[in-house]
Amino acid sequence: MRRFTTRHPVWTAIIALAAAILLWLIFAAWPDGLTDAIGRKKIFLNALFNGITLGGLYFLVASGFTLIFGLMRNVNLAHGTLYMLGGYAGFYAASLTGSWILAFPIAFVVIGACGVLLQVLVFRRMEGEDLRQTLVTIGISIVVADLMLWGFGGDFYNINPPEWLSGPMQTFLVTAVKSDGTPVFMKYPMVRIVIFLFAVVVGVAMWLALNRTRIGMMIRAGVDDREMLAASGIRIQLIFIGVFGFGAGLAGIAGVVGGTFQSIAPGEDTRFLLASLVVVIVGGMGSIPGAALGALLIGLAEQFGSVYFPTYAVVLTFLIMVVVLAFRPQGLLGRS
Amino acid sequence: MTRGLLGSLSTVALIAVGATGAAAQDDGPITIGILNALEGTYAVPGQDGMRGIELALMQHDHKAGGRDIEIVVQSTDTTPDSALRGARKLVEQDGVDFVIGPLSGSEGIAIRDYSKTQPDVTFINGISGAMEMTMVDPSPNLFRFNIDGAQWSKGLGDYVFNEKGYKTVATIGEDYSFIYTQVFGFVTEFCEAGGEVTERFWVPLGTKDFGSIIAALPDEVDAIYLGLGGGDAVNFLNQYQQAGGEANLIGGTIMVDASVLNSQGRAKEALIGVPSSGPQADTWDDPRWTEYVDAYRDAFPEGERFPSPSLFATGYYNATNAALQCLDTVEGDLSDDQVAFRDCLSNLTLESPTGTITLDENRQAIGTNVVTEVVEREDGTLANELVKVVENVNQTLGLSPEAFAELGLPSRENPECKSEY
Repeated sequence: MRRFTTRHPVWTAIIALAAAILLWLIFAAWPDGLTDAIGRKKIFLNALFNGITLGGLYFLVASGFTLIFGLMRNVNLAHGTLYMLGGYAGFYAASLTGSWILAFPIAFVVIGACGVLLQVLVFRRMEGEDLRQTLVTIGISIVVADLMLWGFGGDFYNINPPEWLSGPMQTFLVTAVKSDGTPVFMKYPMVRIVIFLFAVVVGVAMWLALNRTRIGMMIRAGVDDREMLAASGIRIQLIFIGVFGFGAGLAGIAGVVGGTFQSIAPGEDTRFLLASLVVVIVGGMGSIPGAALGALLIGLAEQFGSVYFPTYAVVLTFLIMVVVLAFRPQGLLGRS
Repeated sequence: MTRGLLGSLSTVALIAVGATGAAAQDDGPITIGILNALEGTYAVPGQDGMRGIELALMQHDHKAGGRDIEIVVQSTDTTPDSALRGARKLVEQDGVDFVIGPLSGSEGIAIRDYSKTQPDVTFINGISGAMEMTMVDPSPNLFRFNIDGAQWSKGLGDYVFNEKGYKTVATIGEDYSFIYTQVFGFVTEFCEAGGEVTERFWVPLGTKDFGSIIAALPDEVDAIYLGLGGGDAVNFLNQYQQAGGEANLIGGTIMVDASVLNSQGRAKEALIGVPSSGPQADTWDDPRWTEYVDAYRDAFPEGERFPSPSLFATGYYNATNAALQCLDTVEGDLSDDQVAFRDCLSNLTLESPTGTITLDENRQAIGTNVVTEVVEREDGTLANELVKVVENVNQTLGLSPEAFAELGLPSRENPECKSEY
């Protein structure tokens, strides 16, 4: 941190200024001129919060993707399929057990098991053959998508959060002041806040696991040099299976999250595959903090785009990707 | 002598070939090309459209005008280019006699243009609802037996203003031709009744996260008009509930369609009591409608169909029925560029489950529209309850053709909200 400030004083100043402006925008009561120029504060705050929570969802999907890629150099194009399977598994788990919270571990275990099967039955047989693996995963995603359409139909599935989570909660942020001087506090969907906190917990836990534990050390070593790790007597196949299972399980959890505040239906698999591709390209392939940063950027871009220039909202995400590819092809936090 | 013999022999041979050709055309099966969205966002409605076709064929024993009927199904994904590709394959490769389809608004416009390049093939619309399909530069061999998106709005503006007492409304809709057409119909009637449309929000088709748009919706309006469909509609309702939205809602036609009303989860409950309008209502007691619903329920086992047919099933059912009736009338004669068949279609009075349908000079349907409200049935499923029937809705919505032309075509900002048109 300190090294960054001494090395890039100009950038530090710009970032500090941006942060200060953002804080002011969040906490201050907006003057009329600003409201006239960019709309009400309520809209801005909601776009900001929604962008961050949507980023949380994207992070859950993309972190598994980037973890698998980082360790095994395997572009798993069936990742979106795992996400969708997780959504369906979560829906049935939630409606059978009647508990929304139970849907998470069940989806994690079921989809994690699918991931383990994929690794053992498919990827192990074609290790090191990138192109073949990529093509096989495309094939799997198409076949499974059709099987899911056959099994679950084309209906839209919503996973219902429990009573105490549905509906809005009042935050301490003031969006407007009434003419008699009483402040209007912002209301925000409870479930989104909880899901975002969950994503943060998962992210921090992953970071700690990777940087503070022995297994994490082995995984990081594997990312850098697989052969050397294997040569030093680590059972690398077991690590591969574990990481693949964990990455797939995360996609499954993300499916439950997606089914809760969006919906699960045919076509969601490719949408989330595309989203996680964009996120990891922007953030840097194989980097967990990169996935977090990329997810946040893409989520914010989508939400701010949808309110401030709806017609071009779709373009904005890809614009970010193009700019990153042009100026920093390895991704924002990627290593070249 | 030899040459003369050869000449007459070849003439005989030619005649024989011609005769067998003609005979084959008269007795052989008639092939209908079906263009239907069986992929993408509208795959579920598309499947129900197929049920409509099958039901009409079953009721006709797969025969019309003394000839067998065969169908070739071509799937699209609701994009205009997939519809065009599909139509090309049906007409140029499979050589079908006529085409029924497509499903979605923008596809319909693409098929209108394509039909002009194939003057000897007849096109009957499936359930595409964009106004331009028959309004602008109509094609002489294209017939539409469903009323369009603006006609589907007929009666709603008046109802919510006078009966519900909503004076100001903001609209939110997907950014494409069909929703423009629906909002067009709603705005003209609502504003003429005295209401005011304060703001119009447009979101890209396929938007999944509406969180910020929900926050941007104005608090001070009486109601919000929702022009969304399929997955977008379900996502909006889900997030609207989570955000604690309490405004009165008004639904566009596909917002309250069977595919949304039958979705899994609680999101759809936000729709209970929401007024809407469209070509059909689940609880209609017109005998033509109840007979059709019974036939639909008998034909397909429960679980493989909706509780009652969606408007997509009805649209394709009506189109197929019109074609089969006219094939009966012309006794299967599709010669001379299908002139007799087209003549019959143009002048047909179709007694459909959704009322009597006739065609205007642009071969566009004049038919019945209904205002509905979503209710919860005893078994917990949702249905559209009939509120009001508006008969003989034409494409200019009762305005004179000149006044209607002055309005311009539906777009994001058109038409303006005025008290008189």
